[in-house]
Amino acid sequence: MPLLETGPEVEPEFAVSVSNLNVYFGEGRDTFQAVKDVSFAAERGDTFGLVGESGSGKSTVLRAIAGLIEDWDGSINVAGQSIGKTRSKDFFKNLQMVFQDPYGSLHPRHTIDRILSEPLLLHGIGDVNNRINKIMDEVGLPHSFRFRFSHQLSGGQRQRVAIARALILEPSIILLDEPTSALDVSVQAEILNLLKDLQAEHKLTYVLVSHNLAVIAHMCSQTAVMNAGEIVEVLNIDKMSALEADHPYTQQLLSASMGYDADKAAAMELL
Amino acid sequence: MSDLLRVENLWVRFPGHNKTVEAVRGLSFSVGRERVGIVGESGSGKSLTGRAILRLIRPPGIMTADKIEFDGIDLLSQSEKQMRAIRGHRISMVMQDPKYSLNPVVRVGEQIAEAYRVHNKTSKRDAKQRALKMLEAVQIRDPKRVYNTYPHEVSGGMGQRIMIAMMLVPEPDLLIADEPTSALDVTVQMQVLAVMDKLVQEKGMGLIFISHDLNLVASFCDRVIIMYAGRIVETLKASELHNAKHPYTRGLLNSLPRIEKRTDKLMALQRDPAWINEESVDAFA
Repeated sequence: MPLLETGPEVEPEFAVSVSNLNVYFGEGRDTFQAVKDVSFAAERGDTFGLVGESGSGKSTVLRAIAGLIEDWDGSINVAGQSIGKTRSKDFFKNLQMVFQDPYGSLHPRHTIDRILSEPLLLHGIGDVNNRINKIMDEVGLPHSFRFRFSHQLSGGQRQRVAIARALILEPSIILLDEPTSALDVSVQAEILNLLKDLQAEHKLTYVLVSHNLAVIAHMCSQTAVMNAGEIVEVLNIDKMSALEADHPYTQQLLSASMGYDADKAAAMELL
Repeated sequence: MSDLLRVENLWVRFPGHNKTVEAVRGLSFSVGRERVGIVGESGSGKSLTGRAILRLIRPPGIMTADKIEFDGIDLLSQSEKQMRAIRGHRISMVMQDPKYSLNPVVRVGEQIAEAYRVHNKTSKRDAKQRALKMLEAVQIRDPKRVYNTYPHEVSGGMGQRIMIAMMLVPEPDLLIADEPTSALDVTVQMQVLAVMDKLVQEKGMGLIFISHDLNLVASFCDRVIIMYAGRIVETLKASELHNAKHPYTRGLLNSLPRIEKRTDKLMALQRDPAWINEESVDAFA
């Protein structure tokens, strides 16, 4: 049974909303606050971007939403429900994550069949055989790959497996952490197209983390720009495409993403 | 323009049990005192080309060429000892991953100073001064502190800048940079490129810039060589990249998402099997 039909009658406007989120690492004197007072909301069926440079806390925000980090405060709302420190099985059925490194996120000793059947077994969902075949069709993996190991696949194929694994529980929200940064540009184009097709077909909500402004511009309608743990600006993509931004940090990021320019490089400061 | 480096008919092969893998197939190109970009996807042979110039292909790999001439020196006939005098001193190479290129138990500053002292007769103090200056040049904010750190204490971006400092401190005539900035943030990337740019403009260094990032190469380099399956499919002036003719180059350009030009769908690259058997294009300056 498709998940959307089992959802609440009145659907909340935002699939994911985060307000005043703080994330801490370490204890006592060594405490480091990686995310500071972050608030944003992702609309249903839309893609919300989180863009920033390394260490800006963008992936940490995703991991806190997914429940991979425990030391946080503030509030996180997923599909209209406030989320606490522990997550239920239903939560994970509705929200899944795709990680950056397709080489590290798949079990090296499990076949594709085992990787894809595990979520189904965990959630007590039957009809495993058909579901695996169907999901492999959807992400464009030939059935002959089903009993292969991940090391027998290319990077793009592995990322398709990771997407299939996230999708097999029929969630409505998928968190994407740099899903194409380890891939060649031609493969990146295929994966981004696939993600867009799947979104249209299943009315998925994506929260997409990337350091690549062009990828964000292609996928999202709105993006938050992060620097040093804070959101400096929430930007409409139309505005970003016009290379306009209010905050100097975003402006610098935009100008650096447009390619090398000797004069611009000389004028650049580390903000 | 006089050639700093001239390579003719370069092949790199890896013999296997059943068949020999030909990773680089008959490359010919030259580099002057300019910035040459080599672009290609993973597996196109671009990194092996860089290593082959320095004769760093390890067995069982086999490298052959009709000619590799650097500043009048025939690199193919040099002894291993003579090559060691050239590597680092006259031709440097920045490898992709700083984590594996730095000695984990030696302070980074000492490694940079050592790179200078190996090729120049000078005092330890002078070498240290140069290392500090170089760290400053690659935009490291507190060179004195970083000088005394160990590689595991620095971030990936910092590590890459340290590697670049180490390769630039002997002031080589030719720098081979293999994806030197892919691990860096865009703003830091700009600054590191500016350092290399300056050395090309002011000291007349030649630069081979190996990258998968077409847009970056187009904006940074003078000339671009596009590799596919071990061959050169096309070579262009960087400023004319948007006029590329080969379907592979066009496909690569079209598959890039753009900030200022948004499309609903990205064009997927359709690979033509015939490309594999096309003749390699000569890329002489």
